[in-house]
Amino acid sequence: MLSYIAKRLAIAVPTLLLLIIISFLLMHAAPGGPFTQERALPPQVLANLEAKYGLDQPLWRQMANYVWGIVAHFDFGPSFIYKDRTVNEIIAQGFPVTLTYGSLSFALAVLVGVSLGVAAAIRHNTWLDYLAVGVSIGAQVLPNFVMAPILVLVFTLWLRWLPGGGWEGGEWQYIIMPVVALSTSFMASIARITRSSMLEVLNSNHIRTARAKGLPERKVILRHALKPAMLPVISYLGPAFVTMITGSVVVDIYFSTGGIGKAFVDSALNRDYAVMMGVTILVGALTILFNLVVDILYAWIDPKIRY
Amino acid sequence: MNKLLLTTALGLSLALPAFAAEVQPGDTLAENQEYTYRVLDAIKSMDPQINTDVDGAGIMRSLFEGLYNEDQVGGLVPGVATSHELSDDKTTYTFHLRDNAKWSNGDPVTANDFVYAWKRLADPATASEYAWYMELMQVVNASEVVAGEKPVDELGVKAVDDHTLEVKITAPLPFFPKMLTHASTFPVNQKVVEAHGDKWTDAGNLVGNGAYVLKEHILGEKVVMERNPMYWDDAKTIITKATALTINDENAALTRYLAGELDRTDVPAGQYPRLEAELPDEANSVPQSCSYIYMFNLDEAKGPEALKDVNVRKALSYAIDRDIIVNNVLQGGQAPSYNWTHASTDGFEMPEIDYASWSQADRLAKAKELLAEAGYGPDNPLDLTLNYNTSEAHKKIAIAVQQFWKGIGVNLTLNNMEWKVHTDKMQNQDFEIARYAWCGDYNEASTYLDLFTSYSGHNNGKFLSADYDKLLKDSKTAENPAPLYKEAEQILAAEMPFAPIYQYTEVEMIKPDMRGMSLNNLMQNWYVKDMYRVAN
Repeated sequence: MLSYIAKRLAIAVPTLLLLIIISFLLMHAAPGGPFTQERALPPQVLANLEAKYGLDQPLWRQMANYVWGIVAHFDFGPSFIYKDRTVNEIIAQGFPVTLTYGSLSFALAVLVGVSLGVAAAIRHNTWLDYLAVGVSIGAQVLPNFVMAPILVLVFTLWLRWLPGGGWEGGEWQYIIMPVVALSTSFMASIARITRSSMLEVLNSNHIRTARAKGLPERKVILRHALKPAMLPVISYLGPAFVTMITGSVVVDIYFSTGGIGKAFVDSALNRDYAVMMGVTILVGALTILFNLVVDILYAWIDPKIRY
Repeated sequence: MNKLLLTTALGLSLALPAFAAEVQPGDTLAENQEYTYRVLDAIKSMDPQINTDVDGAGIMRSLFEGLYNEDQVGGLVPGVATSHELSDDKTTYTFHLRDNAKWSNGDPVTANDFVYAWKRLADPATASEYAWYMELMQVVNASEVVAGEKPVDELGVKAVDDHTLEVKITAPLPFFPKMLTHASTFPVNQKVVEAHGDKWTDAGNLVGNGAYVLKEHILGEKVVMERNPMYWDDAKTIITKATALTINDENAALTRYLAGELDRTDVPAGQYPRLEAELPDEANSVPQSCSYIYMFNLDEAKGPEALKDVNVRKALSYAIDRDIIVNNVLQGGQAPSYNWTHASTDGFEMPEIDYASWSQADRLAKAKELLAEAGYGPDNPLDLTLNYNTSEAHKKIAIAVQQFWKGIGVNLTLNNMEWKVHTDKMQNQDFEIARYAWCGDYNEASTYLDLFTSYSGHNNGKFLSADYDKLLKDSKTAENPAPLYKEAEQILAAEMPFAPIYQYTEVEMIKPDMRGMSLNNLMQNWYVKDMYRVAN
């Protein structure tokens, strides 16, 4: 197992390097640059800017400097657009925000989604099943860009219970709506996957055996059905967790959280190369990490899996 | 040296009482004097010489103060400078600085702070995107310094003593003093900049000379500013705390305004009529110095053949029903436009543009006639492409224009692209027709008209006219440039290098207890220090 983990981590390095190279090239291939603006800069001013940010050097050199900065100093460089900040600072400010509301959304989605899915499967074809399926389909078709304005309309404008946006260091009033808005569609997917996987497991041989030897239904579900039923759910949860903690552009924009999700999209639109690379690497590294976590969990859940 | 240029003197003396929050007779101040407003995006920099955007400039006006400020209607009022003199050859300005101006750390504000800031703006090492502003101001050696051909110390600005600043410009520039309210000319404290390097703009490090100090700046969330007790006019300042909240989505911002979280926000396109009916005391639509056009590509090599014919360009412009665009599409009180310079620009006299007074039916008839003359019509339809950047309003206008032009037999293909791609294509003459808008840098017609000179860096459609260039060159030294500007506008109407569409308004919601909001300042240069809240 340990050698497997070591091997996976070793593969992560070239994977990340490839990610950096491809993103870097794609980014530079897009028309326009960080200093392209409505009022074109005089050539001399542009030259001064490009010299300051090293954009006057050949592409391979820029890339080499960039990678060296990360490896040697863990320095992702300065932002080309937010000139008071370095990429490290932008991520250090925005990532804790998305990590907070993303983790809470994840917890909420898993808790509610798995409970709904299990309940629906156990009470297959009863009103509870229909209700659970109905709720999860409803949540699925209600994307967060619809959900967010509705929440604000109801809880901010009508009821005046919650502030309509902002973060204020993560005070609870400011967290509730982003968490709910982000979690609903994930919750729905988790409920659907749990339900179908649970139904399949409940029809399998080892459950029939458990029931035949007279185990109470409660034990059958908790001890024998739940664990194997979680396998497909877990493979969904790995990438979903990364998506959630690296933030949602809709949530960031609508609730003005100052999170990393919006910074990422902005950096692409602004051609803020350094920020875009920084967040890409962050998302890439987290994805690799959590895929590994999922694989380890697999082995733990299913003794048949050996690495 | 003659004592002050007459117009400037007049402007200054008339406007003198209007700086600082001037509580009107009958107004009772509210207990709460905090002010919260919306900004569209994260503030890119708190450094006056680095900042480039409009929202950032608003923050700069709170944290710093330049030589002059603007009053409620855009007239010049003393800032750090109390007066100035202009030499007989009109190329040397001598500014007299007040002796009670202080930085927020208690240091006195001196002429050297301005010298340092201006050199810093032009210095290639700073790499400011607004370095060209020094060139626009025609400061001696600005271009050479920006180009790295001369050392920074040769920039034509010098401190005669602590309270006297001398600026030399290359040629007379009648509106030079007006350019001094621009944030890039604000002073910075050399000691602080050098002590903290790039981090000098962090809250806690930043030292300014404005009415407010920076308490907190969370990128993409908020900027919090509190009173600067060192500010020379602090006794007359009323708002105690100003907060700028970044809210990208204008509908989200409107909801939060309605829920009482904001005192000022923008009105999303199309919502003004409803809000004006429901909340007449809060919905405002006032002129703003920006002009919206469709630029034609006249480039010799890259422009489409058809657009080289002035009749085609005129036909396209005539066929646009601007009333429908402002009244039915935008619905925010915008003005239909038949010229380039914003109509409310100071000192600008609107020329009589022929087609402005025609009925739309007449324009349409003329358009068809001109197009037929050019050889296009039902048998030989004209195909053109319009580039526009992503925005709901741009799209709606483009669709409307597509319909108008269909009526005269022109097939317009709409080509929507992301902002950077749109800009990149425009600047490389890689377009046929492109949406474009220009906002004035200062309240004078040349900020618009200079753009279509052959030597302008922004003339993306490559309109070339020797007569036009000459008029604009002459206007720089003319005693009264207004007649020359009129002629220049007539050339634009005759040559039609672009189709004017509309002139902007600032459409906003403002809480009814707010005062001193500078709504009649065309440049929308408001100062938090001039605002106050009245008791209900």
